[in-house]
Order: sequence, then C-alpha cells, then structure tokens
Amino acid sequence: MRTAFIDTTTALLDEDPRTALVLADISASQFASAGHRHPDRVLNVGIREQLMIGVAGGLALTGLRPIAHSYATFLVDRAYEQIKLDLDHQGVGAVLVSIGASYDGSAEGRTHQSPGDVALFDSLGDGWTVRVPGHPDEVAPLLRNAATSDDPVYLRLSEQRNAEAYPDATGLRVLRRGLTNAPLVVAVGPMLDPTLAATEGMDVTVAYTHTPRPLDTPGLRALANTDVVLVEPYLAGTSSALVSRALADVPHRLLALGVGQTDLRRYGDPADHARWHGLDADGLRRSISAFLGSVGG
Amino acid sequence: MTTTLPTDSSARLPGLIRRLTGDEKHAPSAHSTVDVLQVLYDRVLRVTPDTADDPERNRFLLSKGHGPAAYYAVLAAHGFIPDAWLDDLAGTESRLGHHPDRLLVPGVEIGSGSLGHGLGLAVGTALGLRAQGLLNPRVYVLLGDAELDEGSNHEAIAYAGATSLDSLTAVVVDNSSASHGWAGGIASRFTVNGWTADTVDGRNHEALYAALTGGRPRHPHLVVARIESKG
Repeated sequence: MRTAFIDTTTALLDEDPRTALVLADISASQFASAGHRHPDRVLNVGIREQLMIGVAGGLALTGLRPIAHSYATFLVDRAYEQIKLDLDHQGVGAVLVSIGASYDGSAEGRTHQSPGDVALFDSLGDGWTVRVPGHPDEVAPLLRNAATSDDPVYLRLSEQRNAEAYPDATGLRVLRRGLTNAPLVVAVGPMLDPTLAATEGMDVTVAYTHTPRPLDTPGLRALANTDVVLVEPYLAGTSSALVSRALADVPHRLLALGVGQTDLRRYGDPADHARWHGLDADGLRRSISAFLGSVGG
Repeated sequence: MTTTLPTDSSARLPGLIRRLTGDEKHAPSAHSTVDVLQVLYDRVLRVTPDTADDPERNRFLLSKGHGPAAYYAVLAAHGFIPDAWLDDLAGTESRLGHHPDRLLVPGVEIGSGSLGHGLGLAVGTALGLRAQGLLNPRVYVLLGDAELDEGSNHEAIAYAGATSLDSLTAVVVDNSSASHGWAGGIASRFTVNGWTADTVDGRNHEALYAALTGGRPRHPHLVVARIESKG
C-alpha cells in the first residue's frame, strides 16, 4: 500500500499543480525525484510533525491541496492539536496518509503503534472522511478521489491486506449473504479476509467497507437484524457509538471487535499481535460464535 | 462600512478600544500589540477590505490570539468590520471572541488562541504562495515572547531559516512575560537559524516601520518589538 501511495502521489504531483506533499523525513527518499521536478510542492520539513501539519494548514489556506504523510503515531497522535486547530478550526482540509497502522510496527514496540488514530478523528466531529483500504489496489482510487476535493481525508495504510481488492466499497458491500434475519458482520479494511475465514460455514451476512467515516448508516440499517458484529483493524469499539446511533430505534445487540486497549509490551510480528488481540480467524471465530450463541443470539 | 479608509488610525483607536473594553482608565498603550498592529495596518500591509480575498494581498497572522482588543480595533479602524461589532465582545451573538476566529471575522487570516500555531501556519502560507508563483505578498505573523515557550515555534524557526523563506516576517512583541526568560535574547534564537533580526522599541512607530519593512533576500526576517514589562 505504501508503494501505491508513493506512485499515485508522484503522479498527482505531476498532473495537478494544486497538489503539494508535506513530509517529516518518513518516505522522503522515495519522493526524491518528484522533489526535483516540483521543489516548491514537495516539502520535507525534517522530523517536525507539528510543523508538518501547520504547513499543510498554511498551504491549504492559500488554495493548495496538501498531502501530509508519516507513521500514524507521529502524523495523528503527536500532531493531534495541529490537526484540530491548523486544519479543522481554520476551516481547511488536507489528505493525511499514514502508515504503520495499529500493530504493523509490532517489532518496534508501542512507540510506533497507533491503534487509537481513528478514534482521535472521531473526537474532532464528523467532518473527516476516513479511508482504510484493505488491498493495495484500493489505494490509488481513494487517494485520487481525495485529491480532487478540499475536504479533510484520512487515508490509513497498512501492511495487512486482503487477497482481493474492492475499490467500490465506500458503502457496505455484501460479500457473503446469510439467510433471512442472519446476523450482520461488518469488516473494515484488512479485517475482511480473517473475518471471511472466521465466519466460514456460519449463517451470517458479511459486509465490507474501506470507508468507515462517514459510516454507511443507510446500508447498515438495511442489512442489520438483531445481531451486529463489528470487526475493525483499530481500537475495539471505535465505531460502536455510530452503530448504536444508527440503530437507536431498532432492538439490537452489538459485538465490537478490534485492537485491545492495553499496551501488550510484546514484540513479535503483526500475526502474533492479531492473535493476541483475538483478531486472527480463530480468535474472531471464537468471539463471534460465543456472541451469537449467547442469550438472545 | 467606511469607504474612505484611514492611513493613520491614531485618532480613532483609543475610542474603538474603549468600546471593546469599556475601560476609561487605561490608555491604548496598555495593549501590548497596539503599536505594531497600527504601524502594520496603517503603513505596511497591502490589504484592504476590498482585497481581503485577493491572492496578491499581504497576509497578517495573529498567532498570539490572547487579548485581541487592539486587533479588533485596528480592523474596525480600517473598515474590515463595523464599529458596532466592538460593543458586544464575546456576547452570545457576537462574532468577536476573546480569541479571533477567521470564519467569523472578515480580514482575520487565522483563528488563534492556543499558542504556538501561527508560525507554522505562516510558514505554510509563505510556501503555498511561492508554489503558486505569488512572489510579491509578504506573510507577517505576530507572536509574544512567552509564546516562544511552545516548542512548535522552534520547529518553524529552524525550518524557515534552513530553507531561506524570505517572504516571511515574524514579529515578537516582547514584554518579558516568559516565565523563564530568554537568556541571550530572543533574536539569537532566530539568527542562529539564518534569520535576519531587528530589535526595536515597540512603542516607536518610526523604528517599527523601519524594522517591519526590513529584511534581506534569502533570509526570513524577525522583528523583536520590546515594550514595558507586563505589569
């Protein structure tokens, strides 16, 4: 996905004089040739993430379309107030593109992990579009779409990926349909494949989206029955409030699966972390089976 | 809105500031930024209510958003906002708060209040203008000496100097209010990073004018406007 981001952004810089890229050293070498061609629109501010977002805000104030990029924890967690004030409060947008989603940086430890990034955007109100592609081929169309507008867009890239791309999954796209009144399982981004594997043989409807914000609430209301399961690649429960609001007038039960709150203080690889957080196929199957088999299920 | 704009707002500012503060005792000089703002809007900035959206206008970014009475008064004196707005500061229907909001106040380039945001936005604005071939507009940003405590400023100071961002002028109004001071002076924080700097009497309009219109090619410029210590 990172390669797709670099290739697409490089093309956008060549094609659209309104686009500008702001970096804080991360990925700077991969944009060296673009920087030679567009020295005024490829800006590496050094390891200064607050300035990166401040510069993005200033660029947007002059009418450019800034794309800012780093690891999620530096781009979002560290520069949260700049996102809130230098973009949102000024009434301007940017495309923020992160890598290192959740536990991609498992071996790096907690300092390089940001499972709470999408929750932070939720705390800013409902202005942000959040894109969580599940496949590298979903990156280019989402990034190109974001570059054409002036809206605030967060593009969350991961090293985890599904086998197939679904570029048109802005709304909830049904990939497996259960029988009448079957429980609905919503999988976001790279959680699709483990969710499909976990629910193999279960009577559930599985719907996929790479755009959790704004959440497709009409689609959710159309597909949901009593039991709803969320499988998100970031902090567990991030979308619970939205689902509850969307289904406020409908009797329902909700199981929200995602990355746990606790700093595990363990390294290993992303597959280990998926297992420890119960987000591999076996873990998901256990959680979903227990939920659906419990009272009311 | 007035059609004939003043180039010397001295006569009007005291009355306009009183409308904001309701304070009959304090002279306008009680406001730390008033002289810098007056010189900028009377004599330096190429921006009027008619050109407030012109890409070629000069930008003035008030980073130190606290105590914006002098700012609002200067904006009213120059016709950006109606005088009547000054009578209801931070009221329920007021567009003027204790920190300015660019979406509510014509002529205000950034919403500010939380310290340490204006300089980064100013750097981005200067870069954005340059990238679009708009090489004439200068970007001015006003900070306070205590505001420099915020580390975000130092990210911007270092980067603007390293990249020779010569369309940028920062003004630091220094009333010695930083809790731990700036040993060695404020200007040295900037000049060590490649800025040019003038330190002047912040109440002397001629000295301010000379400093605010100063600077050299390939260097961002700093004006330290020293005023009496915060009482």
